[in-house]
Amino acid sequence: MALDVARVRKDFPVLQRHINGKPLVYLDSANTSQKPHAVIDAMTNFLQSGYAPINRSAYTLAAEATDLFEGARSSVARFINAPHDHEIVFTRNATEAINLIAYSWGRANLNKGDVVVLTHMEHHANIVPWHMLVQELGIEIRWVPLTADGQLDLSNIDSLLTGAKLFAFTAMSNVLGTITPVAELCAKAHQHGALALVDGCQSVPHMPTDVASIGADFLTFSSHKMCGPSGIGVLWAHEKLLDAMPPFIGGGNMISDVRLDGFTCAELPYKFEAGTPPITEAIGLGAAVNYLNGIGMHNVREHERTIAKAALHSLTERFGDDIVIHGSQDVDVRGATISFAFRDVHPHDVSQVLDQHNVCVRAGHHCAKPLMRLLGANATVRASFYLYNDESEVQALCDALADTGDFFTL
Amino acid sequence: MPGLEDLYREIILDHYKNPRNRGELAPPAVSAEGHNPLCGDEIQVYLLVENGTVSDVRIAGQGCSISQSSASMMSAAVKGKSVDDVRKLVSRFKHMMSIEEGDSEPDTSVNLGDLEALQGVVKFPVRIKCATLAWNTLLEALEGAHA
Repeated sequence: MALDVARVRKDFPVLQRHINGKPLVYLDSANTSQKPHAVIDAMTNFLQSGYAPINRSAYTLAAEATDLFEGARSSVARFINAPHDHEIVFTRNATEAINLIAYSWGRANLNKGDVVVLTHMEHHANIVPWHMLVQELGIEIRWVPLTADGQLDLSNIDSLLTGAKLFAFTAMSNVLGTITPVAELCAKAHQHGALALVDGCQSVPHMPTDVASIGADFLTFSSHKMCGPSGIGVLWAHEKLLDAMPPFIGGGNMISDVRLDGFTCAELPYKFEAGTPPITEAIGLGAAVNYLNGIGMHNVREHERTIAKAALHSLTERFGDDIVIHGSQDVDVRGATISFAFRDVHPHDVSQVLDQHNVCVRAGHHCAKPLMRLLGANATVRASFYLYNDESEVQALCDALADTGDFFTL
Repeated sequence: MPGLEDLYREIILDHYKNPRNRGELAPPAVSAEGHNPLCGDEIQVYLLVENGTVSDVRIAGQGCSISQSSASMMSAAVKGKSVDDVRKLVSRFKHMMSIEEGDSEPDTSVNLGDLEALQGVVKFPVRIKCATLAWNTLLEALEGAHA
């Protein structure tokens, strides 16, 4: 059954809000998503009547909290078809998840001269941790270039991956919306003896994810972009990999024993979850995953394909040469995240005018400065749609953009 | 809600569309580069300081209308002024942007001239960083001139 957007919109209380008499047109979900009642209620109920520590106290309230927390982990594991619940490591966000890999797996497995392959459209979160290892260990980074329409240029992939230890790439660009051929890239990495790290921050919220079938070794994503709360992210990796990795942050909860002369790590996933975890946030993420399952991730993807098509069509038809849309126009290889340049108006000024119409977009470099340099821009306007956006909001975006021209005609 | 006309005053748009003192200066001029991490804007300020006076100034880089017009107006305002007067102007400007530290009274003897047009930016707090980017970069360049 297809997604009923009018019904979905009712699930998100913030979408009922008006500012200065105008409805909210929220087109910044690639940045962070809005939250449905299901998530708000799950977190509120827990805080109001179930809050307790987890995994360390015997009383009923704590046992219930532990069940809720671990239940959320199970929900997340099923959501990405992970073989085991204990392969789901809760982190602070996707950025921390990638840093965990770089810090723990990277320091244990990479040496001077070892190669990590990235792409030109990575988020800073999947660039800077590796730059840090260049500085610290002397590893080498190689870059997969892009084609003119914002796809990965794989013509040289075999020579780039030769001798590489890790291929770390985004499943969907946070700037261009480009969806990468994840399974093919993972297979390529393995063919060359490299591990595959999939940054799923932009893909997991928007389409079905099956770690078993894509063949990834690591997958990272964030709760707040998929209707869950901020403050929690996820690292998934194969049990064998996680077991072999040294711990990242040390402290309580991640040990099975501490002595004067050392410590013994706890079992997975606690080995990587030092300190009190974001308990309420995990429960919120679990509720978000259940909510998205209720809608169906295939339906989310189909809805976004439709709305991306409508947005690309309307923007092009209405503004013609006045608008330059970055990336592919083919909705089979892109999501509903659309970056563009509008006339010669600076993106910051565009977003200011759009704000007068209560249209929320992101203007900036989107934490992807290497990609921005490639596009020859220091910023773009980015409108990003999600399951709760409808076609009237595409229209609202176009109407607000038309207003931009009046102010800045050079 | 403040309207767009509070922000995009005519003189601001004029400086945006026709920026003054664009370009670069070769040494012995000094330069500094400023970044607005929020939006990726970059600006370079080139200063030629001779006998305690800013005898020439050039602005390079790219950015939004507010950062570019602020830089353009700043260049026009500081050219030919003594370094002391330039510092007073920076302080007065930052006062107007409500970000001068401490609670000292603004030095009203300093005439802001066209720069007053940027006062509306204060109603759009997110844009204050755009307006002050050039000014902070100017201060950095001045430090270079003294080194």
